[in-house]
Amino acid sequence: MTLLALAGSLLAGFFGAMTGLGGGVIIVPMLTLAFGVNIRYAVGASLVSVIATSSGAAAAYVREGYTNIRVAMFLEIATTFGALFGAFVAARIPTSAISIIFGIVLIYSAFLSRHAPRKTGAEKPGFVAAKLRMDSDYPSSEGRTSYHVGNVPAGFGIMFAAGGLSGLLGIGSGAVKVLAMDRAMRLPFKVSTTTSNFMIGVTAAASAGAYLHMGYIDPGLAMPVMLGVLLGSWVGAKTLVRTKSGRLRTVFSIVIAVMALEMIYNGITGGVK
Amino acid sequence: MNPDSENKKGRMQGMLGALLITGVAAAAMIVLIGGISYIVKYGAFHQDYGVFRGEPLSLRHLGGIFRLAWSLESRGIIQAGLVVLIATPIARVAFSFAAFLMDRDWMYGLFTLVVLVTLMYSLVGR
Repeated sequence: MTLLALAGSLLAGFFGAMTGLGGGVIIVPMLTLAFGVNIRYAVGASLVSVIATSSGAAAAYVREGYTNIRVAMFLEIATTFGALFGAFVAARIPTSAISIIFGIVLIYSAFLSRHAPRKTGAEKPGFVAAKLRMDSDYPSSEGRTSYHVGNVPAGFGIMFAAGGLSGLLGIGSGAVKVLAMDRAMRLPFKVSTTTSNFMIGVTAAASAGAYLHMGYIDPGLAMPVMLGVLLGSWVGAKTLVRTKSGRLRTVFSIVIAVMALEMIYNGITGGVK
Repeated sequence: MNPDSENKKGRMQGMLGALLITGVAAAAMIVLIGGISYIVKYGAFHQDYGVFRGEPLSLRHLGGIFRLAWSLESRGIIQAGLVVLIATPIARVAFSFAAFLMDRDWMYGLFTLVVLVTLMYSLVGR
């Protein structure tokens, strides 16, 4: 079991980094569907691996100067409260419901990863963004390019939902975070992805504390998962630079969709533990 | 922005990156050490994760975890490594809090403090 989980997590981390989906969305279906692990232990182990990969990647990103720390900090109020709320709900609903919600979010993440988001910045700062002095700039080929931050209240609301899903399902919910920042607040693409990644670790830390007290984090399971995902995603991030990932993403999206349907099916028929 | 504060910003980002890397690397090392002793101790013992029972109380709270880790119990060591991992983003928020205070940015200092207190409550509280 330990070696199987280690090997599976290595692969999950590797493909998660290659495709930009993150390891978390693959770990939970893998543990529950392939290894028969109870979904409560699975989300606990997955969440721990999310913190590891996000913090490792964030260390590289902060130096590059894309991350908007002000936007991140303000929205983390929404994600951390959302995460605690999500963990609170997770302890009180049946595993079948968690499985079905997981399947739906999985399909959505795979779908979103196939459609590159718009890159346009907001024309002028939103009311709240101006009050909170959120406009910033990022490095580009023409020196530092400045940008405005759009609809902060909508972004804040979506972020609470993103935190809730993270605490409920043990994932980073990067896809929902990017949605809030791309579509609602209209941050430039590179800014929203790095800021989202920066926030994932903090959000996950909020629900991980709650998971620890709820007894969801088993050392025997979390150990191979964390080490496997960390190593796998590190190798994956190195490989990403050298390969074209177009076809890989297509194959991966199909695999994800199949896993998602199976999680929904298992949830409905009561096959999930 | 004058070059001096640009310099300071770069140094802060460098320190922040180093903090994150150190936290993750330390956590991974502790988990690895605990993991090796776990495999030596339990070996091929097949633990059943099919039914959720919840962890024993001693592995759910910081006091119990560090007591077990101190007595070199493998599960306690792994769990202590995971606590170091969870503490890494929290240390990152504490770092940002200090940075906002140094900039005399009271509004963002307050936002960061709210996040920090929520995280501390989640990890230590109850």
